[in-house]
Amino acid sequence: MEIKVVRKVLDVNDTMAEQNRKMFSEKGIFVLNVMSSPGSGKTAILEKTLSFIMPDIKSAVIVGDICTSNDADILAKTNVPVVQVNTGEFGGDCHLAAHVIGNAANNLDLDDIDFLIVENVGNLVCPAEFDIGESARVVVLSVTEGEDKPVKYPLMFRECNAALLNKVDLLPYLDYDKEMAIGYIHQINPDMPVFEISAKTEEGFDPWIDWLKKKVRQM
Amino acid sequence: MHELGIAMQIVEIATSSIPDEMKNVQVESVNLKVGKLTAVVPENLRFCFDIVAKDTLLSDAKLYIEEIPVVARCKDCNNEWTIKEPVFTCKKCKSGSIEIISGRELNIESIELADV
Repeated sequence: MEIKVVRKVLDVNDTMAEQNRKMFSEKGIFVLNVMSSPGSGKTAILEKTLSFIMPDIKSAVIVGDICTSNDADILAKTNVPVVQVNTGEFGGDCHLAAHVIGNAANNLDLDDIDFLIVENVGNLVCPAEFDIGESARVVVLSVTEGEDKPVKYPLMFRECNAALLNKVDLLPYLDYDKEMAIGYIHQINPDMPVFEISAKTEEGFDPWIDWLKKKVRQM
Repeated sequence: MHELGIAMQIVEIATSSIPDEMKNVQVESVNLKVGKLTAVVPENLRFCFDIVAKDTLLSDAKLYIEEIPVVARCKDCNNEWTIKEPVFTCKKCKSGSIEIISGRELNIESIELADV
């Protein structure tokens, strides 16, 4: 006997994500989901980004890692509230799911925040699949990775609203073809803004910070 | 990489779809639609499914996966085509303003129960 089901497998996550989105939008909080492969410089970028926007924009961070609180310890020095989520407790997950964000947000004073950054688990595959109730998604790519990352992980680059090309201060020492990498990004997502930055030297941060501030103020 | 969690969701949704009066009937098959743009590897999903279905009503169930191609429509010239390579610009007018019509599915369509 056949029984019709017709349900999304990720229904539960999607419903939770919508609840998060509603809660964040009622509080007027812009939520940015930051994703990348491991080692692209997410934490360093966030550290610098926070130094540019604080104290104008009241911010908080949720950091996801499989293990350790190293990233949270670094970000705590910026004096913003930081919640570390270790997905090990949730089964060693390779991504942050909506219910994890909902629980983590309970540890923050949401009335005192305009901007919430979620630093997702370093991984270009799984996080792209899970809606967490964010307002926008950013993918970080660094020039020490292959130029063809966007075409290897098309879903990630389709799902994001902007890309940060990090570590550009290293370009003189590498054989990296920057134009090829940006070309690949636009092959997957033709209108995607690409910000070329260095979290080390702060090169290229102004356009990125302008983009971000505009988004936060639109909330 | 997250196929295990997805397999667990499939078992949960399938189990909850069985009518109350048939809660002891084995599930013979689960019919899924998986879009090609979805980050799911069918082979890994089958492997994980066999593990999590053990000791449930789905322990002998076969997983039928219908893979759905990525189809896009150009918002400028209305051209509709199947995306086979990772290029998301209109083949006809080169516009980058496109919408994805299919290819992101990850749905349970139906389950088949054994005859009682």
